[in-house]
Formats: sequence, C-alpha cells, structure tokens
Amino acid sequence: MKPAFSVIFLTTLLGAGQGLFLALFTHQSYALFGLLPMQSDAFYGYGSALAMLFLGGGLIASFFHLGRPERAWRSATQWRTSWLSREVIVLPAFMGVVFLYGVSHLVGFRPEIVTLPSGLLIDLSAVIGTVGTLLAFALFICTGMIYACLRFLREWHSPLTVINYILMGGSSGFILAAFFSATYAPTETDFFVGWAVIITLLAFAGRVASLLRNARLKPKSTMQTAIGVKHPYIVQRSMGSMGGNFNTREFFHGKSAAFLRAIKPTFLVLAFVVPLALLALGLFSPALLGVAFILQYLGLMAERWFFFAQANHPQNLYYQTIG
Amino acid sequence: MTQLALVIDLNVCVGCHACVTSCKEWNTSGSAGPLCDENPYGLNPTGTFFNRVQTFEIGKYPNSETLHFPKSCLHCEDPPCVPVCPTGASYKRKEDGIVLVDYDKCIGCKYCTWACPYGAREFDEKQKVMKKCTLCVDRIYDMSMPEADRKPSCVKACPTSARLFGDIHDPESAVSLAIREDGGYALMPEWGTHPANHYLPRRKIKLKIHKDELERADNPLKVDGQLPKPAKGAPSMEDVSAW
Repeated sequence: MKPAFSVIFLTTLLGAGQGLFLALFTHQSYALFGLLPMQSDAFYGYGSALAMLFLGGGLIASFFHLGRPERAWRSATQWRTSWLSREVIVLPAFMGVVFLYGVSHLVGFRPEIVTLPSGLLIDLSAVIGTVGTLLAFALFICTGMIYACLRFLREWHSPLTVINYILMGGSSGFILAAFFSATYAPTETDFFVGWAVIITLLAFAGRVASLLRNARLKPKSTMQTAIGVKHPYIVQRSMGSMGGNFNTREFFHGKSAAFLRAIKPTFLVLAFVVPLALLALGLFSPALLGVAFILQYLGLMAERWFFFAQANHPQNLYYQTIG
Repeated sequence: MTQLALVIDLNVCVGCHACVTSCKEWNTSGSAGPLCDENPYGLNPTGTFFNRVQTFEIGKYPNSETLHFPKSCLHCEDPPCVPVCPTGASYKRKEDGIVLVDYDKCIGCKYCTWACPYGAREFDEKQKVMKKCTLCVDRIYDMSMPEADRKPSCVKACPTSARLFGDIHDPESAVSLAIREDGGYALMPEWGTHPANHYLPRRKIKLKIHKDELERADNPLKVDGQLPKPAKGAPSMEDVSAW
C-alpha cells in the first residue's frame, strides 16, 4: 500500500495524545487510592491541554486524506458497519471528554460525585477521566480495526494490529508524560518513566511478533486464482493503461525493496531501542526524555510508513506490467 | 431477487479494447459528469476507467498462449467494499444487485478500494470521488431506447459477443445457461465475495472422429465416396434392420 502522510501523522499524533491522557489519568487514579501524592490541578489540566494539541493535530491531518473534506460530516453515518465511521464518532467524543477533564481541573470544578463505602471520595474529574479512558481505548480499537478488519490485507488482518496500536500509542504518550512531568512535577517522573519502559518493552515485543508473523505469511491469492487459469507460468503483458493509473499509484509504496529493508531496522531502533536507552538515562537528565519522545516519534512515523508499505494488496496481481 | 451481471467469454475475447472505449464514451458523457483524464496526449496519460482489458501470457514460449482479460467491477453478491464505506456512498441495490457509488455522498477517503481485492474501483483525481462500473444503470432502464440497446455499453460494443449481460439468479437466462454449461467461474473465490460477474474459460473445440465415421453406412447421396462392395452372402442392412 502507498503510505499516505496524512494517515501517518493522524495515527501517530492520535496515539501520542491518547497515551498522554491515559498516563495523566493513570497517575490521578494512583493518587486517588493514595499510592502517589495527588498533583496540582494545573499538572493534569495543562497535561490535558497538551494532549488536546496532539489530538487536534491528528484531526487536522485526517482531513488531508479526504478528497472532499467538506463532506466529512457524512462519515459518521455508517457506524453500524464501518470502523472508519466509528472512529469518526469516537475521536471527537474523546476530544470532548479530554477537554472537559482539563477544564474541570483548570477551573477547579471538581464536585464530589459519590463516596465509596471505603471512604474513597470520587469527584467529577475522576468520573470524566474514567469515561475518557474508556474512549481512549475505544479510539485505539477503532483505529486498529480500520486496518485489521480488511481480510485481503493479510499483514494487517490480525489482533496484533490493534494491540500494537494500543501499545505504541501508549509508549509514545507515557514518554511524553514523563517529559511533561520532568518539567511540571519532577517528583513524579520516576512513575511515568517506569510505566513508559514497561509499555515500550511490550510494544517492542508486539511489533516484533507482528513482523515475524508477516514474514511467514503465504499469499492466499495467486495469479492463478486472479484470472482463473490453472497454469504455473502466467505473466502479465499489459495492464490496460499506458501511463499507470489509480491502481498503480494507491497500492504500491513506490520505493525500492532495499529502501523497505532499510526502514525496518531503522524504526525498530528509533521507536523502541533508542527511547528505552534514553528513558534509563532520562532518570538522571530530564532533557533526554524530550529527546526520547522526539526520536521515538520519528521512529513511529517510520514504523507507520513500513506498516503501510509492507501490506501487499491482492489487486497488485492485476497491475504488474504497464504496456 | 435479481442479480444483474456480465459473463465474459475468454474463449472469444480478442483484446480489441472496444468495450473499454465504448464504456468510456458512454460514461464520460452522462449526467454524472466526465470520467476525468490527465495528460491524455502527454507522455504519461492517465485517467479514470470503469473497464480495462489486460493481457496475460500463459506458459513459456513456444508453448504459450495469449489471454485477453477484460476486468471491471464484478458486482459481488457479498461486496466487501460496501460495509466499510463511512458515508453510505457505496451501496448495493436490492432490486438488481448493482453496486453503485453515490458521487454526491462520497468523501474520497479511498477506504473502499482497500477493501476490494480486485482493484475494481478508481479514484477520479479531478472530481475527488470514487468511481466504478455502474453496469450502465443509466442505460439498461432507459425506456426511450429501443429494447435491444438497453444493455451495458461494453456489451453492445463487443464485436465477438464475448460479453453477455443478464440476471444470474434467473436459471433460464442466457448468462445462467452460459455459466452452467460452459464452465463459468468467479475470480479469487478464496475471499468469499461471490462475484456476480463470471468468466467463461478458454476451451479447445476438439472433434473426435472415429474411423468408421469417415463414411456413413447408408451414404444416401453417394457423396462420401464408394464403399467396397459387400461380398455375396455378407450381412446387409436388410439383415440387421427392419427399416
């Protein structure tokens, strides 16, 4: 498939925004149970604002993928069958909840909702945060299922696709949260770095698992099933157009096989190995956490490029030779 | 239930591209707007087509044969492109099974092309919407046309009658008969999309003539050549048949 930069930015920016929100609310949940000191409202509030920046960036990027962005509102109508439609509904809902979560902290409007029998006080921000957490995971699932539900693209048609979107977005967001807390709540940095290391390791494992799985895939469709001729030697001599067409542009990455091979180790190092090393060093030098986030973001963009480029669409069987 | 479809006979397709040009001519002139082209006279001409004829070489020289293979939307009975559409612009008509795109609802996200294993949909780079074969839906129901013309443009254009059009759910239709009796098959059956369009395979016409069929026993007009005269007492027709 041709990697579209709008979708690369969309998925990586949303992942970081969702991960950051999950990191903030994870911290608040720990604090709620008294496991960590509760931070100031500004910490959670400005953190949510930062998450909103990433989510907004992703939303803007998504419009560049559309041929007719002015009709984008129509894409919320087919939620019964289309994961893309579900994403279109969940994304603004999630952004709205993150906004409310941030506002409830920044304005300090956190009325008590309920007191649990154990004496635990649940305020409005905790309720909003819980809803936001559910929506963050729903959004990850929608994004992942957009790709995982396409059974013809066998590189994507796997639960690993959804799991990896959750883990890589989580890793990106928790590293961002670690950098954010190094600036606004230095005492809490260790907590975020710890979780970031765990999630990044899991993401590394998940992505390597999907690479191994994809390396073993055998194509289901062949030249023989594509045109229905049982003969071992079939060569295309003409695809019916002289200068290429939509099908040659949309479904090929347009780079050499050597480039594709080079991208794989690049993203594995940049998105997983380098951030893990910098996270360890970042415990002593907080600025490195920022470097870790930026380098990992570049690595995740390369990862996403590879994710698209590696997927081999069965329609390519019909478009091999211009002539 | 009606399922309109094309049945394409690869045995008689000569790869002349008349169906391609006829399709383009009809569908670029319709009320839905043109099928846009870019650099039509330039170095790399490209454009939107509903139908393309591809050519494959089967086997290795000198034991090879050329197969011309017209390909358009197969109007799957279980079309994977339809449920993924976020706007409902892609839909399958209940009344005749044609899969269509509502150009006024399409947002041009191209997700449907990812979900089609056949590469049957093409994005119009100027109008920024997805396009595909309509089975000439603006033609086949046009009562102002003579009945013989109420067929898809490609079918009308084919000089070798390689393209049949009809309802594959009607067991008595010409297309059903062709699929049943001439080995009609579907493309990429492994995906369970149940394409409505079928293809008839290349088939060699072989006539096996046994030696005793070279001359007919009765030879009524004496044009098959002379049979050796039977010997006296040899069994004649009168002995084995009561006429």
